Amino acid sequence: MSIFVDRETKLVVQGITGRDGSFHTRQMMDYGTRVVAGVTPGKGGQRFDDAVPIFDTVADAVAETGADASVIYVPPAFAIGAMFEAADAGVKLIVCITEGLAVIDMTKVLPFLQERGVRLIGPNCPGIISPGQSKVGIIPGNICAPGNIGLVSRSGTLTYEVVDQLTRHGLGQSSCVGIGGDPLIGTNFIDCLEAFENDPDTEGIVMLGEIGGTDEQQAAEYVRNHLTKPVVGFIAGQTAPPGRRMGHAGAIISGSSGTAAEKMAAFEDAGIAVMKRPVEVVDLLKARM
Amino acid sequence: MNIHEYQARELFRQAGIPVPDGEVATTPAEVEEIARRLGGGVVVKAQVHAGGRGKAGGVKLAQSPEEARAAAEQILQLTIKDLPVQKVLVAPIVDIASESYLGMIMDRESQRPVIMVSPAGGIDIEEVAATTPEKIFKLAIDPRYGLLSHQAMGLAFALYDDIKQVRAAARIMEQLYQAFVTNGATLAEINPLITTSAGEVLAIDAKMSLDDNVVERRPDLEALRDESAEAPSEVLAREAGLTFIKLDGNVGCVVNGAGLAMATMDLVKYYGGEPANFLDIGGSSNPEKVVTALRIITMDPNVKAILFNIFGGITRTDDVANGIVAALDQFSVDVPIVIRLTGTNEDEALAILEGVGKTALKDMDEAVKQVVRVAQEAA
Repeated sequence: MSIFVDRETKLVVQGITGRDGSFHTRQMMDYGTRVVAGVTPGKGGQRFDDAVPIFDTVADAVAETGADASVIYVPPAFAIGAMFEAADAGVKLIVCITEGLAVIDMTKVLPFLQERGVRLIGPNCPGIISPGQSKVGIIPGNICAPGNIGLVSRSGTLTYEVVDQLTRHGLGQSSCVGIGGDPLIGTNFIDCLEAFENDPDTEGIVMLGEIGGTDEQQAAEYVRNHLTKPVVGFIAGQTAPPGRRMGHAGAIISGSSGTAAEKMAAFEDAGIAVMKRPVEVVDLLKARM
Repeated sequence: MNIHEYQARELFRQAGIPVPDGEVATTPAEVEEIARRLGGGVVVKAQVHAGGRGKAGGVKLAQSPEEARAAAEQILQLTIKDLPVQKVLVAPIVDIASESYLGMIMDRESQRPVIMVSPAGGIDIEEVAATTPEKIFKLAIDPRYGLLSHQAMGLAFALYDDIKQVRAAARIMEQLYQAFVTNGATLAEINPLITTSAGEVLAIDAKMSLDDNVVERRPDLEALRDESAEAPSEVLAREAGLTFIKLDGNVGCVVNGAGLAMATMDLVKYYGGEPANFLDIGGSSNPEKVVTALRIITMDPNVKAILFNIFGGITRTDDVANGIVAALDQFSVDVPIVIRLTGTNEDEALAILEGVGKTALKDMDEAVKQVVRVAQEAA
């Protein structure tokens, strides 16, 4: 098992003929993801790499192929529209890789998706992988292995760092979700924790947070009240100065709120084992499983 | 991106919010001239990206143009929270009958803009929130409908009894929401929103922060950026498409990805070192970015050692290696470089580095330990 995507997931790629879209579509197909359609307006009727049918609209792609998930690789100016389009076409999962979206635009997209029961992962995220089954996004498949650790993270490469540690030490993963570094995102820590708790194949959970906002504190509260599985956590940005945006738009300490110290304390209070260094993830998990 | 009060005033004005006249100046002579033109008493306010300007002596009242000049002379010599004051706003003194607070933030939790008002204005709103939270009235705005008239009126009734003032304040709230939305703000604040003895409702202060992702595509907003408030290396980095923040330590860090960059800095600290910077070269593979990154880091004389921490995914490690080689070819780097790279095309990367006599580690923990040791030896 896994969460949100598995070998049955039928994926449509929005922006399949673009530079990033085409590169990552090949990577996803090589990994075994069922890429059933692509969308590039004006290129409907063509085929991507002689294999994947391209449509002008997501609605056409869904009608013809039964796609139930979408991944978005289009530039920021088009990504907001791409999310509206995918939700209107009836897909149930949207993964938006695109970075640089205006928060004010996201405030309009999010209720539109919620009303239609559509899950969004991202934006500004590496996507999701259920090792051995399917990957949707840009997480390198070769560092993952099937297993029973669920991982959720606000970061990209830090996720790879930790996943690599897990895999090299024999701890495979059920699913790894990069929820994105923006202040307003579709799927949050709690959504993933709930799904991992309910996933029979997940036995331990890793949560990688960072400075800014209070999502980690709320997630800690959720862990305390609802989780039976062991959770190991990390917070990036202990050395970050206040008031500066540390790359991710959401990674900013406002006044005295959103600091790493505050979040690590919330983790510890909730019984989450806190790693001081990424390399500690393996020992902390093994001691609790 | 934070903008100055005089810039926020202008954006508020464009939205129709009543803001008293006022002009910005950079010299005491200009201030005197503006004060003369405005007539009567004026307030001279430092324009820096820092809170607590009043307490730092950055806000002064003047009853005559000469006094205004003297006030400006003092204020323009101040440094507030490490930022030298280069500009002042000169505005007429208005008689204040009451002070309220009006603010709007992008709220992560409700995922909506939230408007906040309080009859306890003129003071730090966080203090009001902590001591008398019942004096703050909040409402999450549904962006599909905007701030509705009855919602604004409801909030305005929390501030005033006089129906004319209630209507005026409600209108200002709707205008503030327009300014917030059209400029992609993450924060907009009027503190205080005042009434005059004649009964007018006016915004006599203006504060705004803008979403960087909106600023990037809006030249009119980009023009509001004050580069004098940034380290020169940060300006250079932004122009090269790098995310760079200068810090005070001596270990330079070049990392791909924001989360990994923060974790790398934390690990430097864990092993007893101090990071000299945050630097994310981003996801794209571009050797030129690596060259610029090294150039920026070596501009800092505090840097005693440099760490590359690259986990190749979309970023190809051989591109990074090529960047390092190109940089070493173009200028001399006098401090030791510790390289950690793993992931996409790492064998090619190692071969490229070997070609110039460099080696690379595969393990992040090892690499950080090593760079901290090297930096300490050199210090």
